[in-house]
Amino acid sequence: MKEITCECGHVNPEGTVLCEACGKPVEQNQHIDGNEDKKLLNMRYDGSARRSQTYNRTIIDKIWNFFSSVKVGVTLIFITVVASAIGTIFPQSVFIGGADPATHYKDQYGIAGQIYYQLGFHDLFSSWWYMLLIAMIGISIVIASIDRFFPLYKTLKKQKPKRHELFMKKQRVFGETKSDSIDYETFKANLKKRRFKVYEQDGHILAEKNRFARWGPYVNHIGLIIFLLGAILRFIPAFYVDEHVWVREGETTLIPGTQGEYYIKNESFTLETYDKDNPDDAKFKEAIENQDGPIPKTFRTDAVIYERTNQGVAGADPDLDVIKEGSATLNNPLKFDDFALYQASYQLDEFSEMSFKIHDQDDEDTNYGEFTVDLTDPQSTYELDGGFRIEVVNYFPEYEMQDGQPASVSKYPKNPAFVFNLYPPGEETPETSFLGIGANIGAGENNQYKLGLTGFDTRDVTGLTVKKDHTLGIISLGGAIFMIGVIQGMYWNHRRIWLQPRLDGAWIAGHTNKNWYALRMEIEKSIEGTHIEAPQDQYEMKS
Amino acid sequence: MGDWTAISGNLLYAAFFIYLIATFFFAGTIRDKKKGKSRIAGNIGITLAIIGFITQIGYFITRWIASGHAPISNLFEYTTFFGMMLVFAFIVLYFIYRVDLLGLFALPIALLLIAFASMFPTEISPLVPSLQSHWLYIHVTTASLGQGILSVSFVAGLIFLISQVDQSKRSKHTIWLEVVIYIIAVTLAFIIVSSSFSATNYEATFEAPIEGQQAEITYNMPAITGPYNGELISEDAMSPLFQAPEWMRGEDAAKKFNTFLWALLGGVVLYWGTRLILRKRIAAAIQPLLNKKVNPELVDEVSYRAVAIGFPVFTLGALIFAMIWAQQAWDRFWGWDPKEVWALITFFFYAAYLHLRLSRGWQGMKSAWLAVGGFGIIMFNLIAVNLIISGLHSYA
Repeated sequence: MKEITCECGHVNPEGTVLCEACGKPVEQNQHIDGNEDKKLLNMRYDGSARRSQTYNRTIIDKIWNFFSSVKVGVTLIFITVVASAIGTIFPQSVFIGGADPATHYKDQYGIAGQIYYQLGFHDLFSSWWYMLLIAMIGISIVIASIDRFFPLYKTLKKQKPKRHELFMKKQRVFGETKSDSIDYETFKANLKKRRFKVYEQDGHILAEKNRFARWGPYVNHIGLIIFLLGAILRFIPAFYVDEHVWVREGETTLIPGTQGEYYIKNESFTLETYDKDNPDDAKFKEAIENQDGPIPKTFRTDAVIYERTNQGVAGADPDLDVIKEGSATLNNPLKFDDFALYQASYQLDEFSEMSFKIHDQDDEDTNYGEFTVDLTDPQSTYELDGGFRIEVVNYFPEYEMQDGQPASVSKYPKNPAFVFNLYPPGEETPETSFLGIGANIGAGENNQYKLGLTGFDTRDVTGLTVKKDHTLGIISLGGAIFMIGVIQGMYWNHRRIWLQPRLDGAWIAGHTNKNWYALRMEIEKSIEGTHIEAPQDQYEMKS
Repeated sequence: MGDWTAISGNLLYAAFFIYLIATFFFAGTIRDKKKGKSRIAGNIGITLAIIGFITQIGYFITRWIASGHAPISNLFEYTTFFGMMLVFAFIVLYFIYRVDLLGLFALPIALLLIAFASMFPTEISPLVPSLQSHWLYIHVTTASLGQGILSVSFVAGLIFLISQVDQSKRSKHTIWLEVVIYIIAVTLAFIIVSSSFSATNYEATFEAPIEGQQAEITYNMPAITGPYNGELISEDAMSPLFQAPEWMRGEDAAKKFNTFLWALLGGVVLYWGTRLILRKRIAAAIQPLLNKKVNPELVDEVSYRAVAIGFPVFTLGALIFAMIWAQQAWDRFWGWDPKEVWALITFFFYAAYLHLRLSRGWQGMKSAWLAVGGFGIIMFNLIAVNLIISGLHSYA
């Protein structure tokens, strides 16, 4: 370490630009902050010795210097901004409703869409390079903060009221007063009234306020880092569960992601819409009429949460204890233990049961027996009281004709259809028929019997997201620290005023990290009645 | 119930005209040579601005009473509120720095915003389930306040640029400044064209295939561009000059494109009309009026101060409160929805502004251009993301 001893006697670390104690420019280091040939000193970090400006030999130095550069940081931010903006041109693949991205983008947006897809912008925000950008910004925040905080902290701690002449003269706000009647006591009293801390050394005065505002940027950077760490923790399952479950009305099912511990029963799902004839909603009449479809008012699942008490008993039916009854609506998740259930989606009027009867081919009023199919658990055969036997040959939960053949497009009973084999009493050759909603086809020309739909029950299905998120606390903490730091740094200004007694009067100088106009107003008020002349702003704005 | 709606509408009109009159008084501050007179004009201007602001608060409260929820739930309500927050931010910064010129530029921008807002459906609309949360009030008002304060930074930046850009020769600065003025002219043209055609009840109906099905699309302006493969079925309507490109598939895509073309054309007429009369660049014509009044260093500081005050407010409202609400409503605090992404872009942009200013000494011209760019991003998020990209946010 090549230490630098200033003429004031203070020993400065290598790389110091302005003496920590008296502010005298260290001659060989003026290039660091670009002070050569300049009328004013660059006061950005008070001329403290920053590692990044001092060493540039080893590979570690080079990495350190790369990440501590504000230019690099801003460039990273700028690239992220541009990439993010491009990422919003077309919807991200999570928003395209399950379509195949490989064809969706080309079909929907033509050649531009295909390029978008092939460059990976369709899944930008989880792409490795976007994450890398954010990670690099994170590293840059850490290194740049360490690089500057410690030297600045030390320098502001070691500063002395007695400043070097050059330091004073090269301040942006500087003024000379030639007078033998300067009222130092009033000056100090004014400053104290304006909440400055006043320090004195051999008649030299330093008045300082709001130094803590200088730590704002470092505090907010700590907040950001905590926030990012919280986001990284989400990749660990113990901290984060994100599952989805469909529950039919009346049904009890295991809640995924809870290790078999919790069950949910959907008591009912409710969808309410705004109704212009309802007096409460009458004020929205015009809007309701202008809207093509109904406007939803509420999505609500009333549910019971159970805990399994015989956990770990393999094969045994679960013993369930009620631990919570309640409802989940949008904006009000149902919470239990560490978990929260969010109302995420729904499916109205899914079929739960269908009832059929057997009658003569040409007389619907005859009845040879009835049976009911539970669509969540269809049996393979149904024995009827009259001796008839029904065999379920095929079941299509969501039936659709595809290429002339019946097929099911999903496993959810939204439009159920069946192929039945009907065995009359004692017969071994069945009559085959196809039955669905609005479709009733007897396959054989000379079928004697026919099946008819006599009734059905529907129910709603609710889609709930199951969440456990232990990172929220960390992420909130990060957010809170960030806000404190930003407010600390932005809403307070660090201001210093120096007064140096001269043989023929005094010199005054001032420095602030921002809002110079306000600083000059503050100085003008502090020198009222002291015979000190108002300093000039020596800065010339380059426009 | 209807009474409250009517009162609310009238209060908004009143606020609009009070802001307009206040603008004239702020204009008076540059006309009057004598300092005293200018002071009086400025005082009347700011008093009127405050009265206008209070009147607009009256609009806000009465509309809240009428609808039963805070009027910030659709594009009209939000943009109006944004205009109000811009006026509020202007008033606050006026009392810190006492720059009369700020009023001369901030109030017209607020007027444009409010007029622009009323081009969208203004009827009271019900809240869909995802909006039924007190976070609607907290998130939207704070985000809007943040944007309002940041917009004052743009206003001050614009004053800086108009007064400081060297108009003696053509440069990148003069060209971009004219582009900014042209965009303002486009906004004005949009308001004039929309309200003119809606006053005459103009309608042109097309039949066009939308996602494989024939649909009827009604234009409220003469069609410069018709829907792709669309057929005009109204009788006495102008037939379109050309078809919208095929990739504009959404039901209203071609219609929005047509409105956009009208605004662009109207902007050309307004801009070049004015420029032909003035016989010089618009900014060059305004510059001499400002020169005596503008202290560039002070205006630069106002612009920066607005960012310093607005950035934390914006972050709190548009990111942090937004995340808390998103966590409650959609089970994730962040989902890369376009509106979220653009809020993040705004945050990053102003973060870059602060770093460039604090650590790299970007002041004056560079800083002013950044402030203009920031406002551009805010407006993009408000208008383009809602009308073109659109995601989960309901303002459309």
